[in-house]
Amino acid sequence: MSDTQQTNPVQPRRRRGAELVLLVLALGVAVGAYAIVGVAVTGHVSPQIVSYALGLVLLVGIAHVVVRYRAPYADPILLPCVVLLNGLGLALIHRLDLSKVKAAQDAGESMPHVDAPAQLTWTAVGVAAFIAMLLLIRDHRWLQRATYTALFAGVALLLLPLVPGIGVRFQGAQIWVRFAGLSFQPGEVAKMLLIVFFAGYLVVKKEALALAGRRFLGIDLPRGRDLGPIVSAWMISLAILVFQRDLGTAVLFFGVFVIMLYVATERPGWLFLGGTMFVGGAWFAYIAATQLGISQFSHIANRVNAWLHPFDPANANGAYQIIQSLYGFAYGGLLGRGLGEGHPTLVPLAKSDFIAAVIGEELGLTGLMAILLLYGVIVERGLRTALVCRDQYGKLLATGIASVFAIQVFVVIGGVTKLIPLTGLTTPFLSYGGSSLVANWALVALMLRISDFARRPATVLPPAPTEDALTQVVVVRR
Amino acid sequence: MNRSIRRIAVAFMVLFLALLANANYIQVFQASDLNDRADNKRVTLDEYARERGPIMVGGTQVAYSVKTKDDLVYLRRYRDPQLYGHLTGYYSYVLGRRGLEKAENSVLAGTDDRLFVRRIVDLITNRQPQGGSALLTINPKAQQAAYDALGNNRGAVVAIEPSTGKILAMVSKPTYDPNQLSSHNANSILKAANQLEDNSSRPMENRAAQRRYPPGSTFKLVTAAAALSGGRYNPDSKLPAPAELDLPLTTFNMKNWQNGLCGPAPQVTLTEALATSCNTAFAGLGLKVGDKALRQQAEKFGFGQEYLQDLNAATSVFPGELNPPQLAQSSIGQYDVAATPLQMAMVSAGIANGGKVMQPYVVAKVSGPDLKTLEVTEPQTLSQATSPGVARQLTQMMVNVVDHGTGAPVKIDGVSVAGKTGTAQTTPDKPPYAWFASFAPANAPQVAVAVVIEHANVGRNEISGGRLAAPVAKAVMRAVIGR
Repeated sequence: MSDTQQTNPVQPRRRRGAELVLLVLALGVAVGAYAIVGVAVTGHVSPQIVSYALGLVLLVGIAHVVVRYRAPYADPILLPCVVLLNGLGLALIHRLDLSKVKAAQDAGESMPHVDAPAQLTWTAVGVAAFIAMLLLIRDHRWLQRATYTALFAGVALLLLPLVPGIGVRFQGAQIWVRFAGLSFQPGEVAKMLLIVFFAGYLVVKKEALALAGRRFLGIDLPRGRDLGPIVSAWMISLAILVFQRDLGTAVLFFGVFVIMLYVATERPGWLFLGGTMFVGGAWFAYIAATQLGISQFSHIANRVNAWLHPFDPANANGAYQIIQSLYGFAYGGLLGRGLGEGHPTLVPLAKSDFIAAVIGEELGLTGLMAILLLYGVIVERGLRTALVCRDQYGKLLATGIASVFAIQVFVVIGGVTKLIPLTGLTTPFLSYGGSSLVANWALVALMLRISDFARRPATVLPPAPTEDALTQVVVVRR
Repeated sequence: MNRSIRRIAVAFMVLFLALLANANYIQVFQASDLNDRADNKRVTLDEYARERGPIMVGGTQVAYSVKTKDDLVYLRRYRDPQLYGHLTGYYSYVLGRRGLEKAENSVLAGTDDRLFVRRIVDLITNRQPQGGSALLTINPKAQQAAYDALGNNRGAVVAIEPSTGKILAMVSKPTYDPNQLSSHNANSILKAANQLEDNSSRPMENRAAQRRYPPGSTFKLVTAAAALSGGRYNPDSKLPAPAELDLPLTTFNMKNWQNGLCGPAPQVTLTEALATSCNTAFAGLGLKVGDKALRQQAEKFGFGQEYLQDLNAATSVFPGELNPPQLAQSSIGQYDVAATPLQMAMVSAGIANGGKVMQPYVVAKVSGPDLKTLEVTEPQTLSQATSPGVARQLTQMMVNVVDHGTGAPVKIDGVSVAGKTGTAQTTPDKPPYAWFASFAPANAPQVAVAVVIEHANVGRNEISGGRLAAPVAKAVMRAVIGR
């Protein structure tokens, strides 16, 4: 029995009108926030607001039209959530720009570089990538053909920053490449390619991987010969950790892989094994740095120490960021200082890694919780798509994308609020940074493509791509 | 797969709940602790963004805030900075606070608990909170008189209202300009601070309350008080007053200031001894009275006690464990006896006030931003140093010092003035300090003044309390009593 012959129990509704209403609301918040920060910092609305608002409305409008015609059954809530986050991010970056400009004017220095226009340009590129994905990929199952291509491309992109000449070391991590005057983080694109690979690989291998080895303490552990994939994923993460000093990406890849493995096989043993390997690896890295003096891991030990004892003078250097971030959150309190009324420039890297601290300071606990819930909604809609999706490949892909957002948000916001040690990752859609913005827009396009497929009435479902290589017997669990 | 997807969804929900719970913990429960930390710049910036209340002297704001266009919104300014700098202290973005800016910070910044209701009202009405004000006890005329009379000399003046302990004048020279340290330019603040730190004359030190000097002959007031209080002496008691006193246990002989007898005869009365500031007579008296009685008397006047913490006043010292030569030296305010000008003003004020020493204070009242009074400082007794009878006897003796003795330069027409000179040796290679402790009018005291001049531009032999310090005290007393 094939997936495509099942009828969808849910009455199909396109709900594009609801999406449009939500998009208008999201745009209202974004443009309103942009206007407010101008008034609060400089005393008048920033003169660029007209071109900014027009640009944003145009971009979002085109995206909406493309969704309306090319993915009419797609989830109506995802795109407005993303637009709201991206628009708010633009307003916050503009706000930090204005502070910088004001400080330079007071000190009589020349006009500093501002980042909001670049971020708006990157938003346009992101929306273009979003549209291109929706137009080019008519059926997400086509991607299954590219399983191993995605693997090689993903690994190659991950290794790119290590190539001498184009790799750039910044803030201790070697995750950037600079080429023809443009710099980007290939890891952000690799993120998507590796999810495509994981989904394609696991959907084929899941039966083999699901075979229980022996039961240990009530947990089904896999057979030794099946350990290959998880061990290699673990090694790749460790390599990222050691050679690129990028704790966040390492955690993200390994976490997403283990979650997808678990979803594919339904064996909790994989989660247990993955968790053990992660904790073991982290513990080893910490011991290696503190006891054995292996400097490759020293940045991890520094992060852990700064997390455990931020106010210890011995950690003064490593903990400066997190302390300033905590001060920002505390200063914001319950309701926040109001947009433009705080001192977010006191937090280093406020535009990228620490943008959540800006929200906590100026929009308060209320604003921070609203942002967290917004991310929660994105993750929830992603997992719901995975649940209602009728093909296993789509389920895995959707789970992977939702997990990327969930883990990223948890790791970053957990880091800047001192819940867990600090790791360098961007806050999706909010943080300043082109590569991350474009890659996340592309991921959302993929998610919309899957949800369009999942929510479409059975009668209008397109036939599965018919290639012999993909023909397989699928047991449907419901 | 749906079962495991659902489980993953639950797991993510737990992670997000952890984020939410942690955000609540930091922004609600931990917030005040984090905001109170000393290195938290936001709180400082916040304080600068509020209009800090003024410090008032009479009807004048000697410290006030003006609005600027830079990030630190309000700039702290000082009127007559040289005159009031040691009292107000400074309010510096780089260096923190000092003086009354520090002691009265909560009121001036508007964060005082007594302003709580007002802060709530400000919050609701969205009005920018303001600081309250502090009114000083300083009499501006006396302060100006002390400042002018000190001239270019290094030294200090303290004037106290004997009946209350109110500080009417407190001047220390050399002085400094707190405006330089309270600017909004970190570089110029650091430059000014370095210059002031490197200056060997220590202009930032408030000599009137923070530096201890050997009190010299002004301490004879304490010795006399101890003797009279003991009951075995009265102002007419005869004391041996040789030209040289052979100090027991040493080969050193104590001499009088003029290297001769204190009077026509080798015996003088206690009153005469004080009038001529006779060293040998008082050293011998101290040996008779004993170190215990002397120390107790000194402590009753305030030695060894902490007071005026608002201005970080130093504690004056009468040393312990004295052998006879040390006791003899201590009786005339030498050896390790150390007193601030404020302390010696309190000795005079105590005698003036019938033996009752009042707790000195410099903040008369504090008010809220609406000028409603929050607190008026009530005068408090520090101790009963002598009986009223002994105080009367001492007053008579001090009037005699002015009328017939070394205190002559302080005479004021039509007013009876009580005083005592002092010339304190430090080391032989340094010029001595000139002291004067006094009050007026002797019959109904309005003001007690102590003056010390540590480095005058005159020859070594011309330094004496009477010639140098007494005119300063006189100027201050005249400013207060209006003669």
